[in-house]
Amino acid sequence: MQGAVVAVIKFSNLKPCLALLLCFIVQQNSVHSAVLPQERADAMYHSYQGGGMSIDGPSILLRKQIGNSISVSANYYVDTISGASIDVLATASPYMEERTEYSVGMDYIRNKTLMNLSYTTSTENDFAAKNISFGLSQDFFGDLTTLSLGYSRGNDEVGKRGDDTFLEEAERQNYRLGLTQVLTKNMILGLSFENIADQGYLNNPYRSVRFVDANSDKGYRFETEVYPTTRTSNAAALTANYYLPYRASVYAEAKLFSDTWGIDATTYKVGYIHTFGDDWIVEVRSRYYAQDKADFYQDLYQRSEEFNFRARDKEMSTFSNVSVGLSVTYEFRFSATNWLKKSTLNLDFDHVQFDYDDFRNVLIDAPVGDEPLYQFSANITRLYVSLFY
Amino acid sequence: MALSFKRQLIMLSVCSLNLACASIEPWVQPYERENLADPIMSVNRNPVAANYTNHAFQAREGARGAEGGAGGGCGCN
Repeated sequence: MQGAVVAVIKFSNLKPCLALLLCFIVQQNSVHSAVLPQERADAMYHSYQGGGMSIDGPSILLRKQIGNSISVSANYYVDTISGASIDVLATASPYMEERTEYSVGMDYIRNKTLMNLSYTTSTENDFAAKNISFGLSQDFFGDLTTLSLGYSRGNDEVGKRGDDTFLEEAERQNYRLGLTQVLTKNMILGLSFENIADQGYLNNPYRSVRFVDANSDKGYRFETEVYPTTRTSNAAALTANYYLPYRASVYAEAKLFSDTWGIDATTYKVGYIHTFGDDWIVEVRSRYYAQDKADFYQDLYQRSEEFNFRARDKEMSTFSNVSVGLSVTYEFRFSATNWLKKSTLNLDFDHVQFDYDDFRNVLIDAPVGDEPLYQFSANITRLYVSLFY
Repeated sequence: MALSFKRQLIMLSVCSLNLACASIEPWVQPYERENLADPIMSVNRNPVAANYTNHAFQAREGARGAEGGAGGGCGCN
């Protein structure tokens, strides 16, 4: 060990609870354990089918190391969307569109500190987003602890099909904190926290709220949603991975979420990874998600413009979903002298069932407000090949 | 101005913490981390697929953030 650095800044002016934050300890020693991300290339076909939506397309990731301390990456991603969801069928016509996303990133390692910087841009015919992200991670205590910090800033430009004059903007800032701790030679624990603050136009311009109107044919009509122009959310997740006595592992995750719109959510995830010989990896998993509605969400308002803020976006309602998934990986190994060290062929599949507690299916004829609650299922598929060199 | 007892206690705690941190011996030695280095223990074994899956759920749920772990930590390789 070469030493420790303690920074102490004028204690008398600071609250005691902040004093501990002024102790920044960086231990340096000669064993460099932090590592750059592995050099790899991935080509994936992805598909989401469910609830009247069909979304698929490719994703390509390339990662290459330059020298001993820099790794660069590039990602190309496309969503081809055919939309005929319940929201679209209730208020508009089915549509098709494409979203293209490009990301570039760089990782730099120095001793036990890994830094990364990335830039992402995403475009659709009615939406454009840019995001820049910085992250830093540091190993401590004999490399049993990794602390990571991250900051992202994003800007959205929101347009609307069929209305060339519609242009709104939103900006977003993310703060991330993560801690990974090796507990035993078979167990890792992870804790992550993220604060996200949005400002600007946060609506979906195509979603509407419905309100009672005895004079209309159906007994109700639709009008534009109005969301608050700010939103701040906090999410905290605890994960654990455990290596079993044979070559297999189990993992679990619990996540809590809360935001200033009144949405509280919990997510639980468990999985089991099993190997067959040296070549096959099989994973089975399940995930449960539940949330309470936003304060300003209602399935049916009693009159037009009943409240200042109004939403009937089903993502803002009270609902839960359960998914079960399976992944199968086959590994091809090559000689150590070959430029290609390993390749994997992977198929991931998840089936998700969504059940809404206060979002009604208005496509079914029933008295206003007594329509059956909406539910749907979806299949998420990822087929990809990975090359490690 | 002399520091109050409370502040002295905090300074002492900070210094003790620093000394404690400096003297912590890793209880899992580098040669004992073979299992932790196995890809089946990685929280982000397939980043392209994991990013897509997070995106697929996040687009349909109100919650967001805190995806994935801090990464690393096993001191492997």
